[in-house]
Amino acid sequence: MAEITEVPSPFCGIGTDDLTIQVDGVSLKVVKNGCAVNTPAFEQAITDTRPRVDGKDVSLDEAVAKAAALLKNTNQPVIGGCATDVNGMRALLALADRSGAVVDNMNFTGARNNFLALQDSGWMNTTLAEVKNRCDLLLVVGADLESFSPRFFERYLWNEASMFLADTGKREVIYLGKAPSGTASTSPSGQKALVFECANDDLPDVVAVLRALVKGNPIRVDSVGGIAVADLQGIADKLLAASYSVVTWAAGALAYSQAELTVQTISEMVKDINNRNTRSSGLPLGGKEGDQTANQVCGWTTGYPARTRFSSGFPEYDPYLNDTNTLLANGEADALVWVQAFNSKAVPPATNLPTIVVGRSGMTFDQEPDVFIPVGTPGIDHAGHAYRMDNVVAIRLKKLRDSGLPSTSDVLNAIEQACR
Amino acid sequence: MLIRLTGGAVYDPASGIDGAKQDIYIQDGRIVDKPVGDFKVDKEYDLKGKVVMSGAIDMHTHIGGGKGNIARTLLPEDHRADPVARTDITRSGCGHAMPSTFVTGYRYAEMGYTAGFEPAVLPINARQAHMEMADIPILDKGGYVLMGSDDYLLRMLTAKKDQKAINDYVAFTMQSAKAIGVKVVNPGGISAFKFNQRKLDLDEQNSHYGVTPREILRVLATAVKELGITHPLHVHGCNLGVPGNMNTTLDTIQGIGGLPMHLTHIQFHSYGTEGDFKFSSGAAAIAEAVNKNKNITIDVGQILFGQTVTASGDNMRQHANHKHASPNKWVTMDIECDAGCGVVPFKYKDKNFVNALQWAIGLETFLLVDDPWRIFLTTDHPNGAPFTSYPHLIRLLMDRSFRNDVLATIHPEAQKMTTLASIEREYSLQEIAIMTRAGAARLIGLQDRGALSAGNWADITVYTDNADRQKMFEKPDYVFKDGELVVVDGKVVHTKWGTTHVVKPNFDASVEKDLQKYFDRFMTMKLGNFTISDDEITEDGRGSLTVHPLKGSVA
Repeated sequence: MAEITEVPSPFCGIGTDDLTIQVDGVSLKVVKNGCAVNTPAFEQAITDTRPRVDGKDVSLDEAVAKAAALLKNTNQPVIGGCATDVNGMRALLALADRSGAVVDNMNFTGARNNFLALQDSGWMNTTLAEVKNRCDLLLVVGADLESFSPRFFERYLWNEASMFLADTGKREVIYLGKAPSGTASTSPSGQKALVFECANDDLPDVVAVLRALVKGNPIRVDSVGGIAVADLQGIADKLLAASYSVVTWAAGALAYSQAELTVQTISEMVKDINNRNTRSSGLPLGGKEGDQTANQVCGWTTGYPARTRFSSGFPEYDPYLNDTNTLLANGEADALVWVQAFNSKAVPPATNLPTIVVGRSGMTFDQEPDVFIPVGTPGIDHAGHAYRMDNVVAIRLKKLRDSGLPSTSDVLNAIEQACR
Repeated sequence: MLIRLTGGAVYDPASGIDGAKQDIYIQDGRIVDKPVGDFKVDKEYDLKGKVVMSGAIDMHTHIGGGKGNIARTLLPEDHRADPVARTDITRSGCGHAMPSTFVTGYRYAEMGYTAGFEPAVLPINARQAHMEMADIPILDKGGYVLMGSDDYLLRMLTAKKDQKAINDYVAFTMQSAKAIGVKVVNPGGISAFKFNQRKLDLDEQNSHYGVTPREILRVLATAVKELGITHPLHVHGCNLGVPGNMNTTLDTIQGIGGLPMHLTHIQFHSYGTEGDFKFSSGAAAIAEAVNKNKNITIDVGQILFGQTVTASGDNMRQHANHKHASPNKWVTMDIECDAGCGVVPFKYKDKNFVNALQWAIGLETFLLVDDPWRIFLTTDHPNGAPFTSYPHLIRLLMDRSFRNDVLATIHPEAQKMTTLASIEREYSLQEIAIMTRAGAARLIGLQDRGALSAGNWADITVYTDNADRQKMFEKPDYVFKDGELVVVDGKVVHTKWGTTHVVKPNFDASVEKDLQKYFDRFMTMKLGNFTISDDEITEDGRGSLTVHPLKGSVA
């Protein structure tokens, strides 16, 4: 039995890298610094080790050959999921380029709220170490931060030492929209977060009024979305009084039509605060199961985020038309490749098309895919790289055990070779 | 396999060869002497009437790292106008202002370049820089690690740590980030912006640390020198883009006290405040100072007209510059108590007075600095213009009548404010070879590159001599990388992977003790997870590391 320390996690998005994990053969136990997200993700047992074709165990070579044969005569396959490490994405994009596929990260519809805002007007953002050392006011918009990442507050807000704050316990936390599901946002001395709840659908109005107040524009109503304008004025005053406020949101949690406009309003408000003689930064949440990784690698390989098609022989980005579900529903795809090395519960969408699944061991299917190749998980079965939520820091994932499972890149590179 | 390049006019400044007709032999990837006795040439290229140079080296080009990828993500409309289809041997991607990684490699190679150096590798983002550069085919690459606004260094300066301690930290950071040089951007200013300072002059204190840019430049330039790093401290100075910043630049040159220093994209730092628009050229004064101070090297950061995107570590100045964003969208980031970045799209217009004069200032600088070994041809890709505009820039430098023709089309007030029309100088082929090859290799400290004598790696570019220098330089007949033919008639015919150039300066291991405490208390990752291992560059079977000697060490 071995004990591995300083283990980084690709699962929680906030780049925790202080886990201690006991390794006994192929079974893992998180013995230090686990959480509700990371512990089960690391400890999940390996079940399948053999690839299957039509439900029957085959060798990896046979599975690869079958996958290549299925892809060979397609006009527009879709590669969905796209949940893997940097090398896995490199191989995935090489395969997509060769086979004229559409590449679509499974969390893109949520992330699209950010990309549309970014590509229309941009933003001023920050990263986790700046939060840890500078943030004196955290405004959480429309997200339940602690269910998103249970250790965010412990690691980045209630840390004992900070370079620029005398007492981290005096930081203020304000929730706008959703209320927190637990008490992680309560400071060590018992100071509770301020909470101003509203319905998700009211967030666009609430955020628009808050931005107007930050800019000093008059508001003619007394309340918006059930929140008193006086309370929003209080938030605006705090944002302008803070030395380094941070405004955070989760693009995927803004689950309503045209939520990109909410992200844009938040981001423009942050810019406005920076024009009022103080500093403020945005902090979009994300980074789970390789979503930032997919967009980063697709970004440098194609110029576009991970909802991009290669069917014309060159990359074409469309944040709506290249959606896996849309393509399947409209009969525009003729095969599905599903790549998900992190989460065995994230199974491919239902389809009658030829389906190849390159997935984490333990995936179960309502309908057996034509080809299933169980792969190792980056950061458990092989080394690799994954991006944190702040999109700047790539963490170096460790290999913890010898499972014999191939990596995503091994498998996709082999399929790409076989397609030549 | 023995390859002979026969009868070309060779421009190899490193060997003092200026256009002599001479054969070159290549074996096992390197240039070799003509074999003695009987020998068989396996492949011969008849280069009569051709010009032969070593592969060009871009010593300052933003080709790897987070801000570049932000720039890509920000501008889908720019990519749509320049799609690049896959072929049997090349990958698809996109081009124009901030091309995709594969296209970056192909297009550089197709212009005869065989190496590029990313000048702003943030220690915390170094993994990304190397991962992106690992996906740039054909080219060799390397990076200068960005320091000077990192809180660890600023804390050391406030605590008055001695130079030895700073040297250890610089050496550790270079090794950790796999760098070949050290860069500083708006020294202390990136940090100052996080404390809400909006400008920082050379002698102005960072409000939290009480440290000035001048002090930061001194200790870092000293560290680079004492560690034996060949590449001088690579400096993006204070007050980028600010009218009147020529005085800051002159002060910076004086303030370094004779230490080796490279001032990058100096065009952006050569502005006066004369004239009706309170914006004028400082190029003559800057060039004079460069000519006089032999410890100084510069690259120009020439702007060329058209759409591009500026991507810089200078969050402070980029925030101020966002008012000029075109299209009007921009990003700044504060990054990990380490650095920052700012990405602002720009459209430089010849009919805009300021842009037109910026264009002239860059060219004046090229033409007024005497020594081609101390000035380098850059557009600060993509900040002044995409790297694909180099052949056009070379023509502007080599062809006075062409230059004056273009000058006659720019904003008339800008024409009045520049001495360009009166400057007769035209660069020679040898001077171009110095700026883009021999000088660059010498400046960075690349062993066995940038020259055509026996023992060098066979990175070779062959052009057809053409009075239209733009046509000549945009379409080489042949490009060899490590002896392999990769480009014919300006098109990639074969791809391979280049190496990553680094240095490994020594440091006292005790530096890691303090760093570990600092990381545990203030950072968001463990020190052990921060350091980049050699494996990370080499494990995919494509990448490799080439370690270059330090000054004073035995090669």
